[in-house]
Amino acid sequence: MTTTLTRRRALLGTAGIAAGLATPLAAPAIAQGAPIRLGGLTTLEGPFATGGQDAFRTVQMELERINYTVGGRRIEFIRESSNAQADVALARARKLIEQDNADIILGPLSGAEGIALRDYSRTLTGRTIVNGSSGASDTTLRNPSPNFFRFSTDGTQWMAGLGRYVYETLGVREVAVTAGDYAFPYAQVFGFNIEFCRLGGRVTQYWAPLGTTDFGAQIAQINRSSAGALVIVHGGTDGLAFMTQYAQAGGQKPLIAGSIMADQTMLAARGPHRRVMVGMVSGGPIADVIDDPDWREFVERYRRRWLNEGGFPSPSIHAVNYATNLWGILKALEAVRGDLSNNQQAFQRALAAAEFKAPTGANVKLDHNRQAISDIFLNRVEERDGRAQVVAFARANAVNQTLGLPEAQFLALGAPSRDNAGCVRPS
Amino acid sequence: MDLAATIVLNGLTLAALYFIVASGFSLIFGLMRVVNMAHGTLYLVAGYVGYRVFEPLYDADVWWAWYAGLAAGIVAAAVAGALLQWVLLSWMQGQELRQALVTIGVSIIVADQVLAIFGGTPRQFFAPDAIFGSTRVPFVGGYPTFRLVQIGIAIAVGIALWLVLNRTRLGMMIRAGVDDREMLGACGVNVPRVGIAVFALGAALCGLGGVIGSTAQPLALGQDGRFLLISLVVVIVGGMGSITGTAIGAILVGLAEQIGQAMFPTYSVILTFVIMVAVLALRPQGILGRA
Repeated sequence: MTTTLTRRRALLGTAGIAAGLATPLAAPAIAQGAPIRLGGLTTLEGPFATGGQDAFRTVQMELERINYTVGGRRIEFIRESSNAQADVALARARKLIEQDNADIILGPLSGAEGIALRDYSRTLTGRTIVNGSSGASDTTLRNPSPNFFRFSTDGTQWMAGLGRYVYETLGVREVAVTAGDYAFPYAQVFGFNIEFCRLGGRVTQYWAPLGTTDFGAQIAQINRSSAGALVIVHGGTDGLAFMTQYAQAGGQKPLIAGSIMADQTMLAARGPHRRVMVGMVSGGPIADVIDDPDWREFVERYRRRWLNEGGFPSPSIHAVNYATNLWGILKALEAVRGDLSNNQQAFQRALAAAEFKAPTGANVKLDHNRQAISDIFLNRVEERDGRAQVVAFARANAVNQTLGLPEAQFLALGAPSRDNAGCVRPS
Repeated sequence: MDLAATIVLNGLTLAALYFIVASGFSLIFGLMRVVNMAHGTLYLVAGYVGYRVFEPLYDADVWWAWYAGLAAGIVAAAVAGALLQWVLLSWMQGQELRQALVTIGVSIIVADQVLAIFGGTPRQFFAPDAIFGSTRVPFVGGYPTFRLVQIGIAIAVGIALWLVLNRTRLGMMIRAGVDDREMLGACGVNVPRVGIAVFALGAALCGLGGVIGSTAQPLALGQDGRFLLISLVVVIVGGMGSITGTAIGAILVGLAEQIGQAMFPTYSVILTFVIMVAVLALRPQGILGRA
């Protein structure tokens, strides 16, 4: 694998020299009549390839809808791909900025990538990175960068209301939590635990590195434990492997899920996991079925455009997050009539002030860290129209990044990590 | 107690899969001295070609869908392996570094083609009901039948491989070729053809592992790198070119992975490599390798 990178880097290096030589000639491109260069970065490789592919579907759809023009300027969209690893995402982002001369980057998709790009954005002048779908909380909560904006909610926010639901409505007092061992699941588990443990619930934690495909040992332990429910915070290939093996091992516990588990990327794949997923309760920024006219219209548009070209029956979470962030960019570009001059100062002010409705009908605005405050849905997987769908049954309005806790108190809990999973019992 | 038994059984079933895949790698290296860095690619090729054959049959609800997919996967891998040796590697025989680099190149190209043709959606085979449910195992309770089948297949592969190498004319030619290629050629044996046969056989084993593995775990891009790495570790630990050594290596790696996952999940990946480092330090030729 190292060799792949080396070879690509060598090629990139050569291309970089070529681009460097060409820059003096390309300089007038910054002028007002030239297109705005929007670099898209998502994962078309690795464990989240399916979600990344879907993210570019909605981005393309929304750009086609406005005919690649906003505020009187054309948008040139440049696609780039990573594999959910932070170092690869960083290399591709540099390529977008340094060689493709992108003004704005829309991306990345995965948690650790987001933190890497947040740090990279701090070194840039006159360029802006707007998140794609990455949901690690620290990306904007701790040490935020003035050049990084996130109109999508983070993994902690997505679990708002879920811990309370499990404790109060399901009456479960002890859960097993299985999660990927990286930034995004840390944030999700933190969001669940913080509510569940505060109410008095007990949690046993099972971590597995991203890319695990045999969960046999873990499932054996979970099935033997006394936990009354199982919280699953895996996604992509790992999620599919876990659910398939859980179904094969005859798992019986009520299932609670993270936001990228109860999603069309999982429900559209065939296999025995579908059987156990019906009835699963989850939290997140979207559902397949939301009782909202804006959402129905968006889903209809997505289906018309993509159903015959490999799209899902309903857009995935990544597709909606990318669309939400793209809408934020477009809103701000419209407000400044496409003016990116003066180191994008006016544009960044417009981004920070943007308020709009996401494709789901959720209201979006940014906090002082340039992080979205938005609505979160509680969902259940149900059989509808002969297929499994994620149906929203409750909605929490204007959930902020600290889940309503005062920011200082939330920060004092420490950054979500393997050893700090948010389970603080009331003393 | 029953938890420990389950974890050990999980380790053994995983080891069975690793053995099937790594035995092909070991065979090719042991007899051809080619470090085939495209071994994981053969796994992918078998999985995806097998799936192409499997899916429509499965939709049509044919009981032999899985067997057809298995056969198609094995054949596809064998053909790909034979072509690899015949078209690319045969004319750089003995230049080990060059062969390793060429196979790395092949693996990159094929992985990108697979992404272009099949997309990134993970896929999984579903075995016939007879071997897909769960079976009661003493001390363990209900256990996925397919994982037990994996052990059976691995044992069958081990025995068959031993028989082919030690009891057939082809095996005799292969063993002779390892010791002295030129003398074998002088005896009237078409040595390049023996090389192609060995490659096809090793690739077919990898293809078998590809379909079996894609029934037990999702099939997706990235599995090629994973199984190449596992094959390398298994073969380094067990000893290059020894079938028994490969089996021992696979069991060690499989058990380490599962026990590690149960006891210290974060560092379970490292445990595998700790075993490899220990073997390299104490017995560089591998546990059963010839010095």
